[in-house]
Amino acid sequence: MSPAEFVGDLLNPDLAFLPKALLVAVMSSIVCGVVGCYVVLRGMAFIGDAVAHAVFPGLAVAFVLGGSLVLGGVVAGVATAVLVAVFSQNRRLREDSVIGVFFVAAFALGIVVISRAPGYAGSLQQFLFGSITGIPDEDVAIVAGTGVVVLGVALLLHKELVTVSLDRETARAMGLRVFALDLVLYVLVTLAVVISVQTIGNILVLALLITPAATARLLTDRLGAMMALAPAIGGLAALVGLYVSWSWDYPTGGTIVLVLTAFFLAAWFLAPRQGLIAKRSKWD
Amino acid sequence: MSAVVSVEGVAVRLGGRLVLRDVDLDVARGELVGLIGPNGAGKTTLLRTLLGLLSPMRGTVTIAGRRARAGAIPIGYVPQRHEFAWEFPISVEQVVMTGLTGKLGLLRRPGVAEWRAVDEALERVRIADLRTRPVGELSGGQRQRVAVARALAPQPAALLLDEPFTGLDMPTQDLLSELFASLAREGRAVLMTTHDIAGAIHGCDRLALLDRTIVAAGSPQRLARDAGLWMRTFGVGERSPLLRILKAAA
Repeated sequence: MSPAEFVGDLLNPDLAFLPKALLVAVMSSIVCGVVGCYVVLRGMAFIGDAVAHAVFPGLAVAFVLGGSLVLGGVVAGVATAVLVAVFSQNRRLREDSVIGVFFVAAFALGIVVISRAPGYAGSLQQFLFGSITGIPDEDVAIVAGTGVVVLGVALLLHKELVTVSLDRETARAMGLRVFALDLVLYVLVTLAVVISVQTIGNILVLALLITPAATARLLTDRLGAMMALAPAIGGLAALVGLYVSWSWDYPTGGTIVLVLTAFFLAAWFLAPRQGLIAKRSKWD
Repeated sequence: MSAVVSVEGVAVRLGGRLVLRDVDLDVARGELVGLIGPNGAGKTTLLRTLLGLLSPMRGTVTIAGRRARAGAIPIGYVPQRHEFAWEFPISVEQVVMTGLTGKLGLLRRPGVAEWRAVDEALERVRIADLRTRPVGELSGGQRQRVAVARALAPQPAALLLDEPFTGLDMPTQDLLSELFASLAREGRAVLMTTHDIAGAIHGCDRLALLDRTIVAAGSPQRLARDAGLWMRTFGVGERSPLLRILKAAA
């Protein structure tokens, strides 16, 4: 399928779900790109993975009860983040072990909950791998509104989040509430994950958080540039991924992630200063 | 000279263990004091108490006449270099600006006054020419200057340095030592923990030997003459290289 034909499909009223899916995928990729910069720079990829899994029981409960998926996901994600923070106070266990216990437990709880719903297999597959069909109109507005809130909070607390990321002890000495800022960041990650789950799926959503930010980091040594590049990379990958998936009938979530991975590999080899080719040419 | 940093009868318990007991220590305006002691002596615990991050179970800690409390006292802190995320994609001037985050408060953006303070701090530690460079590209000595500039940005009355010489070569240590002494001469109270005993004897106005409590404090030359004091504090024998350092200094 040519790009022109894809645009034609996007404008076709019989395929109204397609532009909605594109809009949701691009918006959630942009939000994940910005939030992912903090996750990557703080070395929190494992925590991001944990939060991504932790929202699952909330989504499942909301699905079974017919409630708001965003609200359900946020409640479950934040509850798990708080549990991890509290249990990590025990010095016998490292934080990553506590995360390992709770995020798998949360995911398992989600599977048990959703197994009680009619059409269990289809629902499960939709949550795990995403789907571009069946996105209600109100979800587009919810994703847009949530995205604006997440980006607004990240912008307002940017200097505090950067200060804590650089050096937690000095941040504490300045009087910053490091624990509260950590929780805010977990909530932002949770919201970014929840609005992305519908199109890309629960299992693959981590790629939206990590890969654009990691790719941007390979391309620049400037924080501002990184935070502009990461959402641009995520948004472009969502567009290209949806086009490829629609053209060749591939799963949307998986295709977007593979496009993101291709961008990452291209940056790894071709980045102007840090790329493998640039380094090789310096050695020659 | 008036004491900017004042510690009186302080005891600190951590995890059920008494880490500091009956600690008395003053650092006056214009004075560079070296805090020396073996590993586990409580040096970092004392710094964290001064920063208001730990509450003493007994005694009082005041900075510039106000009780130590995180964020409420004009104090600059330079942590050990490994505690800072140097791989962060951020420029030197942006790092120094983060020193003002607490002072700015939530939701306020840096303005002209804040950028002027950053300029002054960069000029003071002589790295203004590096201001736009990513911190990840800097040498160890340059990084330490960035950390000092960040601590100076809020114009503190007291400066706490946690092992600032670790991992640096001798010429860099000498340059930093001169910088710390001149920062003290300008009217700040500077307290530095260090394992570099020779450097501390030559560079500091006064030394305080810490081993859970202050076992001795005074001029470096006077303390260096008492070899027994150092042997007891550090648990070393007569053949220790430490004693040769002290002999040379005395």
